[in-house]
Amino acid sequence: MSFRNPLGRARGLGSANEGTGHWMAQRISAVALIPLTLWFTVSMLHMTRAGYPAVSHWLHTPWVAVLLVLLVGSTFYHACLGLQVVIEDYVHDTWLKMSMLMLIRFAGILCAATGIFVVLRAAFGG
Amino acid sequence: MAEFSLPKNSRIQAGRVYQAPPGTKNIRRFRIYRYAPDSGQNPRMDTYEVDMDKCGPMVLDALLKIKNEMDTTLTLRRSCREGICGSCAMNIDGSNTLACTKACSDIKGDVQIYPLPHLPVIKDLVPDLTHFYAQYASIKPWIRTQSPPPDRERLQSKEERSRLDGLYECILCACCSTSCPSYWWNPERYLGPAILLQAYRWIVDSRDEASGERLDDLQDPFKLYRCHTIMNCTRTCPKGLNPARAIAEIKKLLVERQH
Repeated sequence: MSFRNPLGRARGLGSANEGTGHWMAQRISAVALIPLTLWFTVSMLHMTRAGYPAVSHWLHTPWVAVLLVLLVGSTFYHACLGLQVVIEDYVHDTWLKMSMLMLIRFAGILCAATGIFVVLRAAFGG
Repeated sequence: MAEFSLPKNSRIQAGRVYQAPPGTKNIRRFRIYRYAPDSGQNPRMDTYEVDMDKCGPMVLDALLKIKNEMDTTLTLRRSCREGICGSCAMNIDGSNTLACTKACSDIKGDVQIYPLPHLPVIKDLVPDLTHFYAQYASIKPWIRTQSPPPDRERLQSKEERSRLDGLYECILCACCSTSCPSYWWNPERYLGPAILLQAYRWIVDSRDEASGERLDDLQDPFKLYRCHTIMNCTRTCPKGLNPARAIAEIKKLLVERQH
C-alpha cells in the first residue's frame, strides 16, 4: 500500500543523464565486428586442412595477430554491453542485478585478457 | 530474479455461455474476459452468442449490444465511438486496438476480447491507466519557452508544422505501450512508446524552446533506452502512427548533440 502521488512515482529518481554512450558503443562495436568476423571465418575455412606449421606461420604474421587481438577484444566488449541490456531488462532485484552486472564485466575482461594473451603467445612464441 | 510463474489471478477459468434465442440465423460468438478483483474469484471467459443481423458492424457495437441486451454487468470504457477518444482500447483477436474502429467482419472465428495487456485490471475490460497518465505528465506535455509570450500567435511555417504530422494524431489510447514487451518488463521506469512519441512531438515543435531540457530528461537507460526496436507499437497502433520511428529520432538527436 502506498499513498505516494502517481506523478512522484512516475518521475522516480529522475534521469540518469546516461545511456547514449552505451547505445553508441554497442553499435560501433557491432559495426567493427562485421569485417573482423567475416575475415576470421573466411581465414578459418581456408585453413581447415592446413597443418600446425601453416597455422603457426599464419599466427606469426603481425597484421593477423593485430586483427585477432581486435576481434577478441571487440567480441567480449560487445557481449558485455549486450548482456548488460538483457540483465537490465529482466532482473529486477537490485542486489542480484548489481552482482550480475559486476560478474559479466569480470567474466568479459577475463575472457578477453585470456584470448589476447593466447594470441600474443602464439604470435611471439616459437 | 525474472518471474517465470504468473500470479494466481492470471489463471482464467471457463465462464458462462449466454445463448442466442432459438431461431437466430446469423450467430457470432464473443468470448470476453471477465474479472472483478473485489470478488476474490479468478477471471473467467464468458461466451455471448450475438445475433449479427441485429447488430452494428464494429466490435464496440457488439459489446454495447451485449451490455444492453444480454448482460448488464459487463464493464468497459467507451465514449466517442469514432476512434478519436481512445477509451475503448482493448485486446481484440490477439492485438491491441480500438473496439469502435475494429470491424467484426475482419475477424475470423470467435471474437476473443481481453483488456489491454499487463496493466492492473479494475474490472472486466477496464484497466488502471493511472501510471500511464502520470508518465505522460512527467514529460511536461505543454509548450515551454524562455522568451516572453508574444502579443499574437506563435507562428510556424508550413514545413515546421508538417514535422508534427504523424505525431499530433496520437490519442493516448495506450495500445502501443501495452503491446511493448519492454514496457511489460519495466513499466515503472520505461516511458513506453506512447509517451516517447508525445515527448518527440514537443522536441520537434518549432515553437518550443526546451528541446535540450527535454532530451536531458529522456537520456536514461530505463526511460528511453529500454526500447529495443521490437516494433510491436507501430504494428498495433490503431491510428497508423509510427512510435518506433519517433523513438529512433530521439536516439538520433541525442547522438547529434554530442558531435
